[in-house]
Amino acid sequence: MEIFNKLAYYMQFPFVRYALIVGVLISVCASLLGVTLVLKRFSYIGDGLSHVAFGAMSIAGVFGLTNDNNMVVILPITVVCAVFLLRAGQNRKIKGDAMIAMISVGALALGYLLMNLFTTSSNLSGDVCSTLFGSTSILTLKKGEVYLSVVLSILVVIFFVVFYNKIFAVTFDENFAKATGTKVNVYNTLIAVVTAVIIVLAMNLVGSLLISALIIFPTLSAMRLFKSFKSVTICSVIISVFCALTGILISILAGTPVGSTIVAVDAFAFFACLIAGKVGGRG
Amino acid sequence: MPYITANNLSIGYDGKEIIENINFTVNKGDYLYIVGENGTGKSTLMKTLLGLIPAIGGKMEFSPEVKNEIGYLPQQTEVQKDFPASVEEIVLSGCQRRMGFLPFYTKAEKAIAYENMDYLHVLELKNKCYRELSGGQQQRVLLARALCATKKILLLDEPVTGLDPKVTIEMYELIKRLNDEGITIIMISHDVKAAVKYADHILHIGSKLFFGTKDEYLNSKVGKNFLAMEGDEQDGNI
Repeated sequence: MEIFNKLAYYMQFPFVRYALIVGVLISVCASLLGVTLVLKRFSYIGDGLSHVAFGAMSIAGVFGLTNDNNMVVILPITVVCAVFLLRAGQNRKIKGDAMIAMISVGALALGYLLMNLFTTSSNLSGDVCSTLFGSTSILTLKKGEVYLSVVLSILVVIFFVVFYNKIFAVTFDENFAKATGTKVNVYNTLIAVVTAVIIVLAMNLVGSLLISALIIFPTLSAMRLFKSFKSVTICSVIISVFCALTGILISILAGTPVGSTIVAVDAFAFFACLIAGKVGGRG
Repeated sequence: MPYITANNLSIGYDGKEIIENINFTVNKGDYLYIVGENGTGKSTLMKTLLGLIPAIGGKMEFSPEVKNEIGYLPQQTEVQKDFPASVEEIVLSGCQRRMGFLPFYTKAEKAIAYENMDYLHVLELKNKCYRELSGGQQQRVLLARALCATKKILLLDEPVTGLDPKVTIEMYELIKRLNDEGITIIMISHDVKAAVKYADHILHIGSKLFFGTKDEYLNSKVGKNFLAMEGDEQDGNI
């Protein structure tokens, strides 16, 4: 009973409610995109693109842009990188994983270098840390940011439902889709743009560590349990939302960092699914 | 007008030419085998035919009937080995071209998918996971998907790779049956014995090029050499 009283007490604060809403919405978007990204062998794209965004943020800093208006630099750079990574698809020379690693490490190093050269802040490593891990930012959301996440999540869900069959075709067999007249490049570009937008926004809200985890874990968990694309997609959304909610609630009650708590719950859910899959004879 | 006409076609990757002066025609109902040693550019030619990579030079013309309407049986990709997808989902995805910009499959498209699944004896597997099927079943699923895309012309890229001998023969007979029903077949293979058995036309790719009917190929120098060579190799393997 005490736990419920404590929860009810915390629910009175708007920032807790905002964190719950945004956490759930982002976990829905990330898990939807996660299915196609993981299957296309782009699991690490969340990490890669958030490092790109970090680098872009430093570039914006050099030009004197602050947190309120640096999106004009960050978003286009990240979108361009995402399109570059995802568009070439199966027929490229340097494979996807190497490409992501290259861009990710390069952007991270460049960003840190620029920050070091041009920073005016007294707590550089603190800034870097909070950018990458989003330490507490999910608990400092403003009302505007909540609305933004609501609108974007609705758009992502609509995008996914409308293009569901095309996304399946392009993910399963790009060459076949292309040979039979599907505009593969258009859909790859669309997926890349949506991915970049979600990652940039989610990184600001919840940190890059969490966004990577939200993309990878639910899909992999769902794949232990289910065999068709549709059931994996639906299951990964359910797992993702469940883990995000559980993680946020635990972190509120136990006072642990939000992002890493959610990731821990996701990891735990993965092992649960792994065992369930093995027991059920499907793993 | 022939379905496909290649005129002094040059193919290759990234602007680098692998083979030049390829000439052939594919007519309705043909069964064309593209043979040659490994690494001579068979797959490159396939990709050029499908429009996945541009031709380096020369001309390749499609009749309006088959333009953008080629069914394709690809070699299995890395991605597909652990892809969670049911047989039904995969076969339905062959209807992409029919649906155009509509987001969902119509009843008619579902009916086509079911008909093709039934025809290739994979209907009872429709809720099974693709990655759990045997090699022969997987190929029949992909063939059903290709038939959803078109009933006119099919391109098959080494369709018997990794299949055991019995299933290989079943697969060959199945493809032959499709051809007998009027579907044009273009098959890439290094199995020249099967080529001689099933094809009516042969395109040989390699240091020497050859295009003609099967009988012309059997009497040609290129054909005789290749048959002797492959024959030795296969005997050596056994």
